[in-house]
Amino acid sequence: MGLEYKNDGEFHSRLITEVLEAYSDKSKKNRQKHLTTATLNAEATPGAASSPATECDVKSNIKSLPGVMTIRGCAYAGSKGVVWGPVKDLVHISHGPVGCGQYSWSQRRNYYNGTTGIDAFGTMQMTSDFQEKDIVFGGDKKLDKLIDEIGELFPLANGITIQSECPIGLIGDDIEAVAKRKAKETGKPIIPVRCEGFRGVSQSLGHHIANDSIRDWVFDKRPVEHESTPYDVNIIGDYNIGGDAWASRVVLEEMGLRVVASWSGDATLAEIERAPKAKLNLIHCYRSMNYVCRHMEEKYGLPWLEYNFFGPTQIEASLRKIAASFDDRIKEGAERVIAKYRPLVDQIIARYRPRLQGKRVMLYLGGLRPRHVITAYEDLGMQIVGTGYEFGHGDDYQRTGHYVKEGTLIYDDLTAYELEKFVERVRPDLVGSGIKEKYAIQKMGIPFRQMHSWDYSGPYHGYDGFSIFARDMDLAINNPVWGLFSAPWKHETT
Amino acid sequence: MAKLRQIAFYGKGGIGKSTTSQNTLAALVELGQRILIVGCDPKADSTRLILNSKAQNTVLSLAAAAGTVEDLDVEDVLKVGFRGIKCVESGGPEPGVGCAGRGVITSINFLEENGAYEDLDYVSYDVLGDVVCGGFAMPIRENKAQEIYIVMSGEMMALYAANNISRGILKYAQSGTVRLGGLICNERKTDREYDLAEALAKRLGCKLIHFVPRDNIVQHAELRRQTVIQYAPESKQADEYRQLAKKIHENGGKGVIPTPITMDELEQMLLDFGLMKTEEQQLAELQAKEAARAVA
Repeated sequence: MGLEYKNDGEFHSRLITEVLEAYSDKSKKNRQKHLTTATLNAEATPGAASSPATECDVKSNIKSLPGVMTIRGCAYAGSKGVVWGPVKDLVHISHGPVGCGQYSWSQRRNYYNGTTGIDAFGTMQMTSDFQEKDIVFGGDKKLDKLIDEIGELFPLANGITIQSECPIGLIGDDIEAVAKRKAKETGKPIIPVRCEGFRGVSQSLGHHIANDSIRDWVFDKRPVEHESTPYDVNIIGDYNIGGDAWASRVVLEEMGLRVVASWSGDATLAEIERAPKAKLNLIHCYRSMNYVCRHMEEKYGLPWLEYNFFGPTQIEASLRKIAASFDDRIKEGAERVIAKYRPLVDQIIARYRPRLQGKRVMLYLGGLRPRHVITAYEDLGMQIVGTGYEFGHGDDYQRTGHYVKEGTLIYDDLTAYELEKFVERVRPDLVGSGIKEKYAIQKMGIPFRQMHSWDYSGPYHGYDGFSIFARDMDLAINNPVWGLFSAPWKHETT
Repeated sequence: MAKLRQIAFYGKGGIGKSTTSQNTLAALVELGQRILIVGCDPKADSTRLILNSKAQNTVLSLAAAAGTVEDLDVEDVLKVGFRGIKCVESGGPEPGVGCAGRGVITSINFLEENGAYEDLDYVSYDVLGDVVCGGFAMPIRENKAQEIYIVMSGEMMALYAANNISRGILKYAQSGTVRLGGLICNERKTDREYDLAEALAKRLGCKLIHFVPRDNIVQHAELRRQTVIQYAPESKQADEYRQLAKKIHENGGKGVIPTPITMDELEQMLLDFGLMKTEEQQLAELQAKEAARAVA
């Protein structure tokens, strides 16, 4: 599929050795397991889903080295910031001292319809603002009161989630008891989430805990009225960053499917409650939502399917894969959609590919993106020289093998030092990572795009997203500022 | 003015820490010492015998009512009891909620920052049962209590607790100035109690400061919310506490870094005293009984 190229695996292996030299023996041994280059999978059967083209297994999902700077977040970030926060018609309480709520205010540009403060609350921030006395005497009474206040202030809120910050677990507050009591009193669901930041090694456990809280506190709790059709699907693991889920939804609807729930971008509680009634779960971010999908499969017999809506190659493949689960009507729908958008895709590629052809990209991201965006770059003639996950697990690296070419540099839970060194020595034409990396790398004279938040742009999903993605990468790489990088007095006068 | 001495009483729950410490401090005041008692038990009963009533306004309850501890004045929480002994209760949450340990930290910091420790010869901390978390270790951290007195008895669990507290002291003795002042044995009339207390003191590398005999008069005084010193100053028991107070007073600066022993060593010690039987002994006894029954 797509572009054929190979990376200089030998150089990358040497580079890993070189970078590790800076560490003590113990750290070197530890970090070595997290760095590798993709090797050809000799037994790969081309096209077989179970058999990736390359192997990029590294050790992952273990504690970061003390003393290094890691990009990782915490369990609270995983639950409040990723999974629950975008559910727009619930008020999410950051339960604990004020800082965690303050710094996660406004969420991750998860767009939503609705009127903020009336029937939608995504960009608002509620916190119990723990003081010393709440630590000493416990915060349950305050939580009780806060829930009452939310009820008075926002009568149209359809429920509340309680996102635990570290102290809740340390002092052993019984938020479940408060949640049960207040839910009875208010008649609205109140969902306690034990996502204390100190739990686990990264935000990844927070995703899992949040998934479990959907299972334990939402599913089967209230009667759900839902008129089924054979074409009901859920979009799972699309957080509608910059409108991603909307750009995905139109494509699915055009092929004849009915999206009955979108998790959790632009989501409502009702969508979460009715999701088990759909016919198929479509997972975009496998990392953050696979847990609840597996549960739905076990309990409700609802199958799930991973798809990828970054770039036309993956979109087309995904549409056909999704359609294969349905009847001819949907299969024809998929082909119709693909044909309809082909001229648009050709137009985008004709315009941008000549400007981006052969440009080399390094990625360092979370969730699904270190692999999912790769083919979108390749559709524009660009090459991925390195990629890695902040908080990926073994199954993520396994799936990465379907995407990366031989010799690609693979890194897990990079330290700031390693990232900087790799970028310096590889000198790619573009780095895609987060806000903390952006300025350091731009100062090295290398174009950069934030690929968590789409750098305040987006959507990047779907056909609509692809045109914006192509434009943004062009803007970053071909910005004339990079030609002005060295001081004028250092230029030879002509 | 002599340098402020800070001491603390630790020991297994129910061993009589508060009773012993208040009686001792009441005797110490007879030696002309100016004393502040800081009660670090959420139950707030460490100063009851000195104040002749249970303290009502604890630091933390007042702080919770006022908003923060910064809103309090020392005068609000400082009570004066028997012969001018100043008393403060830290207080804390009801059982099962919140973090009492954090409460102790908050209270002690508040008292220090607000000058509660000025014009005193002694500050005495009375801490609940065991050093369960960092908060209850607060009085033994750097620049707090210099000497810890462990109240214990010949009961096995009291010995365990004493050894365990010594471990806590050892930890902080290495990084700070806290020392083990010694053991105070509160008689429970168990087998060979004095010897056992002496032996444990020896193993821990400290002194058995005093062996306080059991006397029902303590109970009589306590029912009247008084120390023996106040209730029956002429009694024999009052003199025992006076002796203890004198020994503690003279023990200033003589604390040691304890050498706690392992659980196995402690159990071996009890075996050596014949207080605990080995499995072989128990078996032999059973067999002897069987044999005796067979003969009969």
